[in-house]
Amino acid sequence: MGIPFEGNNLSLFWHGFVQTVLLSGASALLALVLGTLLAACRVSPVPVLRAFGTGWVGVFRNTPLTLLFFAVTFGLPRVDVHLSAFVCAMLALGCYTGSFVCEVLRAGINTVPIGQAEAARSLGMTFGQTLTLVVLPQAGRAVLGPLSSVFIALPRNSAIAGAFNVAELYSVQQTLSEQGYAIFAIFFWIALAYLCISATVGLLFRGLERRLAVGA
Amino acid sequence: MTETTTERPATPLVVLSGVNKSFGAHHVLQDIDLTVHQGEVVVLIGPSGSGKSTLCRTVNRLETIDSGSITVAGSPLPAEGRELARLRAEVGMVFQSFNLFAHKTVLENVVLGQVKVRRTARAEAETKARSLLERVGMAAHADKYPAQLSGGQQQRVAIARALAMDPKVLLFDEPTSALDPEMITEVLDVMRALAAEGMTMVVVTHEMGFARSAANRVLFLADGRIVEENTPEEFFTNPRSERAKDFLSKILHH
Repeated sequence: MGIPFEGNNLSLFWHGFVQTVLLSGASALLALVLGTLLAACRVSPVPVLRAFGTGWVGVFRNTPLTLLFFAVTFGLPRVDVHLSAFVCAMLALGCYTGSFVCEVLRAGINTVPIGQAEAARSLGMTFGQTLTLVVLPQAGRAVLGPLSSVFIALPRNSAIAGAFNVAELYSVQQTLSEQGYAIFAIFFWIALAYLCISATVGLLFRGLERRLAVGA
Repeated sequence: MTETTTERPATPLVVLSGVNKSFGAHHVLQDIDLTVHQGEVVVLIGPSGSGKSTLCRTVNRLETIDSGSITVAGSPLPAEGRELARLRAEVGMVFQSFNLFAHKTVLENVVLGQVKVRRTARAEAETKARSLLERVGMAAHADKYPAQLSGGQQQRVAIARALAMDPKVLLFDEPTSALDPEMITEVLDVMRALAAEGMTMVVVTHEMGFARSAANRVLFLADGRIVEENTPEEFFTNPRSERAKDFLSKILHH
């Protein structure tokens, strides 16, 4: 059972762990920015933007993540865009997760009473100001719970990147089983590492919920 | 005309002419003509569904109109966009449900518009916010969140928030309809003080006492039309239309 503490394994594990954290972090950032922009599109008064947001969510939320990895990794080189495996994985994960973030935020926006936006507009705020200063901060607070589920799913989804040449946590499993270690023992340690990441994300969100709770 | 209107130079501030508006088949505003002069307090009363709230909301284009024209301080209401945002900053609005920003403190509520819309320096905006809160008797609650306040307190903060923009005209859309009776007075007192200071106000209300004591003019709306327009004294003691007589008889004897 003590696989990580044999030979060079600890550094192998550590490297994979760091790659997973980096990949998840970068994708989470992309997903958050993209998701917010998409949500803004979906509630904007401009029909073209609304259609764009709806289309994006329709495509990326309904496509299997593995297929998206394929599309990015093998599709982009065809149009002469050459990116590292890490960046490809980040794009696939970010675009996929972004569509979920968008839908969660949109649900949150719908919970904010219309009067909040009317008050903002009546003070002379533009659509962008109304959204970023008044509506989204309240929408975000309302959906921290579901949002944390999306961001806990992200590091686990990132395991697919292991099959696309990113030396992350899950790919460590391949290396180790080639070295002849017992498969269940390997999976135990890898699962434990994923659990650490997910639990940390969960804790972060719970802390955020406590900090942002509005006095009442 | 009454003395109060002849004292003031009658500069038209808000002018509605031939305004029509329908929600589907329901014709809520029918050929509305209305001129509000600077410093005037116009009270809109009427049964529910008469269109008075809608009329009030068309003035800062929270409600669009189907035909006719609305001008504020001489310029017609622009279409949606930055121009309209600029105009809205000049037209304050107080809502029935207060609509204070729930995630901001009382002080922040009054500061936000100044800093983000007027681009006032933060320190200056806070000083102004505190003095406005003082004026509405809410200075002691500056650091609380809206949910920690009573309805009357929230509404007074909402008035301070609107005043912070130095509006040319203030619109009140049933400002006391969501309040307990004892809180109504504290809000009406603030509004009376504003009226006495010469603020131009358009007030939709069911508070006949306020209409009597603070209004220069009372407009009675029914079924989307201005049925009667008079001084408060004349309107309440000697209503001309049957519709107004009927309405007053239902609300005044209790």
